Amino acid sequence: MKFIFKILKDFPSYLWSGWGAIASILLFVACWDFGNQVYGNLVLPSPLETFKTLYLMLQDDSVLLEINTTLYRAFTGFSISLLFGSLLGLTAGFFATASMMSRPIVTILVGMPPIAWIVLAMIWFGMGDETVIFTVIVASFPIIFVGALQGTRTLDGELKQMADSFNFPWHMKFFDVYFPHIFSYVFPAWVSGLGMSWKIVVMAELLATSNGIGASLAVARSQLDTPTALALVTIMIGSLMFIEYIILEPIKREVESWRM
Amino acid sequence: MANVEKLDVKNLNHHFGFTEILNDINFTLNKGKVLSIVGPSGGGKTTLLHLCAGLLDVEEGELKNSFISSSFAFQESRLLPWKNVIDNISLGLLSKGVKKRTAMKMSQDIAVKFGLEEEDFEKFPKDLSGGMKQRVSFARALVVKPSLLFLDEPFSALDIGLKRELQTHLLNEVKENNLTILFITHDLMEAIRLSDKILLLEADPGHIIKEFTFDVDIQKRDDEFVYNETAKILQDKTIIETFELYGLELK
Repeated sequence: MKFIFKILKDFPSYLWSGWGAIASILLFVACWDFGNQVYGNLVLPSPLETFKTLYLMLQDDSVLLEINTTLYRAFTGFSISLLFGSLLGLTAGFFATASMMSRPIVTILVGMPPIAWIVLAMIWFGMGDETVIFTVIVASFPIIFVGALQGTRTLDGELKQMADSFNFPWHMKFFDVYFPHIFSYVFPAWVSGLGMSWKIVVMAELLATSNGIGASLAVARSQLDTPTALALVTIMIGSLMFIEYIILEPIKREVESWRM
Repeated sequence: MANVEKLDVKNLNHHFGFTEILNDINFTLNKGKVLSIVGPSGGGKTTLLHLCAGLLDVEEGELKNSFISSSFAFQESRLLPWKNVIDNISLGLLSKGVKKRTAMKMSQDIAVKFGLEEEDFEKFPKDLSGGMKQRVSFARALVVKPSLLFLDEPFSALDIGLKRELQTHLLNEVKENNLTILFITHDLMEAIRLSDKILLLEADPGHIIKEFTFDVDIQKRDDEFVYNETAKILQDKTIIETFELYGLELK
């Protein structure tokens, strides 16, 4: 509780520190506009036109429905990865054999290109939610699994001994000694897993479904509707930036203030 | 009959795998006494201390510890990096079930006693100097008012001023609260200043080869006493052999 309060208290000053980021985003938009002036509207619509299209799209219920569908798929897949990746990773970290055995498997999972998974998933599950959710799980699971595994593998034996010398009860051992350490590994893994899920979900949708943001992108491509395509990309990036910078980063700062 | 607090070690042996670390260790530590175990590095001193403190299981021999409470100060401070100074000090108290508020108050009091400033209370270990960390570690070990304190070369990385300051704290605890200390060190002068009895541990495998006792009360030992005794003990043949001091004089 105290913790949440502290995050909220530091939030305004955190936002204030975002001016530099905003300046750099505006610089990027300026380059984008320059590109538009060089290559013309068909290849690269101007930021203004894109944002206008975006505004119109956000008024449209059917577009909101597509966004919802994509959100549902991404979060279902990500949640499953989060739950199982964390649990299995933490458990594997406690056993030397399990960590050794899981390493090559993780390499296979990470090394296998997502596009190959999509093809397999399309054969296994057909065209629909399951294919997309499966691909998201497969792509984000190894990231979270490795983070969690590292968390338990790198627990400090000296601190454990210190805890033993004071006869810490189990809840103190867990919450004061193990948890903060593990969390400092697992949390960043969750953040990268989420970013991965959000990217993969669009790709899977583009190839395997008839609805969602990815499918809308496919439609925009076939109609050479570049403003819509860019507006969709803006939605993707905007939402990712919102989750990452407005929600996750403040938590991360508070959780890891002992490090920085 | 009142239960007498003491630590009794009899015929203690210990192995790591096939390597014999300790061989036939015998000693008794009575309440209110300071016992040092000195010896060269890698001689099994830390293993012996961990056995006594219950951090390792006794395999062979007998170890009876009837002290009502104990705590441990390590060579490194071993603070939790995600907890600030006061939270680190209060860990031992909280693990004994002391109320949070009381624990905070006690921790702040002892922190001040150990020369920490109020502005340091909220700091994380990464922002503390080595000496400050060791102060916190000592405060954490002593705030629980242990009956027996285990020390594993806690002064070895400190400058002489801070070393003396922390040693004085310990001597005060011995005087005022009848604290008992089992102290591991490779520094003979430190051992002479602080202990009622010194056990010399020879390596490979660790066994007690000689013991030294001093007549002067530990509270009354001045620098002259410590220097003289150190000079004397350095002439001791067993010491010279154990620490391999021969042939190292400047020619």
